[in-house]
Amino acid sequence: MNDTLHLAENLVYKRPKTLINVAMHYCPGCGHSTTHKILCEVIDELNIQSEVIGVAPVGCSVIAYDYLNIDMQEAAHGRASAVATGIKRVLPEKLVFSYQGDGDLAAIGTAETLHTCNRGENILIIFINNAIYGMTGGQMAPTTLENMKSTTTPFGRNVRKMGYPIKMTDLVATLPGTYYVTRQSVHTPANVRKTKAAIKKAFEYQRLDRGTCFIEVVSNCPSNWKMTPVDSNKWLVENMLPFYSLGDLKVPSKEEN
Amino acid sequence: MLEEIIIAGFGGQGVLSMGQILCYSGIMENKEVSWMPSYGPEMRGGTANCITIISDEKISSPIIAKFDTVIALNQPSVDKFENAVKPNGVFLYDSTNVIKPPTRTDIKIYKLEASNEALKMKNTKILNMIMLGAFLKIRPIIKLENIIAGLKKVLPERYHNLLPLNEQALKKGMELVN
Amino acid sequence: MGELKLMKGNEAIAEAAIRAGADAYFGYPITPQSEVLEYLANEAEKRTGMVILQAESEVAAINMVYGAGGTGKKVMTTSSSPGISLMQEGLSYIACAEIPCLLVNVVRGGPGLGTIQPGQSDYLQATKGGGHGDYKLLVLAPNSIQEMVDFVKEGFDLAFKYRNPVLILTDGVLGQMMEKVELFDQIPRSKEIPSWATVGKPPNRERNILTSLNLQPELMEKHNEHLQAKYREIEKNEIRVETINCEGADYIFTSFGLTSRICIKAAQLAKEKGIKIGIIRPITVYPFPYETYAKYADKVKGFFDVEMNAGQMLEDVKLGVLGKAPIKFHGRMGGMVPTPDEVFHVFEEKFLGGKE
Repeated sequence: MNDTLHLAENLVYKRPKTLINVAMHYCPGCGHSTTHKILCEVIDELNIQSEVIGVAPVGCSVIAYDYLNIDMQEAAHGRASAVATGIKRVLPEKLVFSYQGDGDLAAIGTAETLHTCNRGENILIIFINNAIYGMTGGQMAPTTLENMKSTTTPFGRNVRKMGYPIKMTDLVATLPGTYYVTRQSVHTPANVRKTKAAIKKAFEYQRLDRGTCFIEVVSNCPSNWKMTPVDSNKWLVENMLPFYSLGDLKVPSKEEN
Repeated sequence: MLEEIIIAGFGGQGVLSMGQILCYSGIMENKEVSWMPSYGPEMRGGTANCITIISDEKISSPIIAKFDTVIALNQPSVDKFENAVKPNGVFLYDSTNVIKPPTRTDIKIYKLEASNEALKMKNTKILNMIMLGAFLKIRPIIKLENIIAGLKKVLPERYHNLLPLNEQALKKGMELVN
Repeated sequence: MGELKLMKGNEAIAEAAIRAGADAYFGYPITPQSEVLEYLANEAEKRTGMVILQAESEVAAINMVYGAGGTGKKVMTTSSSPGISLMQEGLSYIACAEIPCLLVNVVRGGPGLGTIQPGQSDYLQATKGGGHGDYKLLVLAPNSIQEMVDFVKEGFDLAFKYRNPVLILTDGVLGQMMEKVELFDQIPRSKEIPSWATVGKPPNRERNILTSLNLQPELMEKHNEHLQAKYREIEKNEIRVETINCEGADYIFTSFGLTSRICIKAAQLAKEKGIKIGIIRPITVYPFPYETYAKYADKVKGFFDVEMNAGQMLEDVKLGVLGKAPIKFHGRMGGMVPTPDEVFHVFEEKFLGGKE
């Protein structure tokens, strides 16, 4: 075996250049950190740091700008896709993404999300779904599963009273404005690689002016689910994935690529 | 010169464009102008009106309650604005469809069978031009050639073939005033 | 001399926006100002390449303004009262993140859905903040279509000078009426990128972040102090007021926007009866010209404030006059517009008739 190859194989982690070297405020085991890292890896690999503008609205990731070394705008709760629309419309040659949680994107920002996708805004929406409000301390989210406990559904979500968990990704896939819609996760290294590949593809599609790319990342919330990180990933597999099944919901037809 | 006018009638009778033509023409004579339409649901089938002010001096209020001239094109407008004419002011109306005429004696009342005249000229849409012609005969505040130039501005280009007919209507209105 | 045109107020705003070199407009239809979006949809893109987008709501529109404004472009929106209420959240964020932008409120009578007829009942919302937190918009109150045109251009300049949202506070009459306007020549769209703009981080500068958040109260207070210092600077530099015949006047009529013109006509009626009336018209309603009132407070027999609301600017007039002269108020609400005769009559009744 060749020496160089040997070294490369042992290099298991390298901080992406675009990821700022500070301690994150995210809880141990939270999917945000991983998603940030692969987003930065994609930015590095595509060499697009000077072209990317990110939007992070209210939620755990509201201060994502403390970690991502790119130009960013913080947005009001639910409004990220409208803000991203504004940026993209005046700077169509730049690469714009929003990074939103499930409370933000699927409750207070539903109108903005659907209309942005329906207009086919040429942006990337990254949707972190952990079925709970993390930043405010574990309240029910629109995506909270049936019978799942939260601080505002202490006896479990009664769907007759509190509504059903909403599958935003399935909804936006039905809209003609979306180009690439996929649901991924970051709970295993294999899934991390798939999510990263999806993000990379989405930026490449944006470069080709193809319309809205929408990537849901089914994620966890060890703190508010009140579990260890390992248990939370196990719970995710047993409870989240059967309902929020992974895979592509809308992919470009072969001729288009 | 300061002429404060209100023009009122049904939506579709050309009430608003009469005021606009006066304003466009006024600008050509370097006058100050102001045009304030009634707006909202009234526009749809109900009554419409516009306050039009032409002046040599800067115009203060575009909203006024008393007028030098009222031009009324239907019965509701006659009823509503008879008392809005200043003493000695002008009240000009289309009498074709008015069964209850104005009765004030301290104003100058002019009645015109304008709708009937328009029918005779085979185009009911020129009713407003007949009325405008009559007004200009009574109150010659703007030259006819400038009114025609103003008309060109208000009328979309695809209707410019109708300019001669409109000019005839203006002259007809002038003739009808005695 | 610029091009002379007869224009409706709303169309004049739109035309002025194109000529001012605006880069983008985001809006949502609402009476009585929908002509702005309609005019821009027809004209703007083909003439200057300006971006025009009809948003799904006023909430979305103001956040699009936030995003696009954050790239350093000249961005604007227009709406009318209920729509402006919906924008208050976004405006608070915009003010805090110091994103320059231009807004126009073609006010209609409220509260609630109210009416589509004109009003001035958004004065307090416009001048005292409007949304949550300590912030100010710079507010211009035109009283003619000519000023609407001029203020669009100047509004953009002020917005960029102070990195602050600027609001043109007008009303349904000024939006719908037509007057002669002199249009300024086309200003090319700017290619300049302000240093703070989020346009993609080049290798040779630190990343730009536009945010209204700071979780550390010590730092958030510092930012508030910075904003307040800016507002004091605006108060020092940008007050605009029109006074007419105030020297030697018996009484002063005061009013902003459309009603100031109704007052000017009412003052003419008073003059015919031998009463000398001066006019104070605040052109900027924030910053407010308190000192102009103070200057005449001990020289006149009284102030007569006329507004299309229940007495909103009246609070500022009182702060200017500081009890040195009597102040009477006449307000119409719900979309009603006072006439000059009515204003004079009420003035006579309140000051000369010995009533009240």
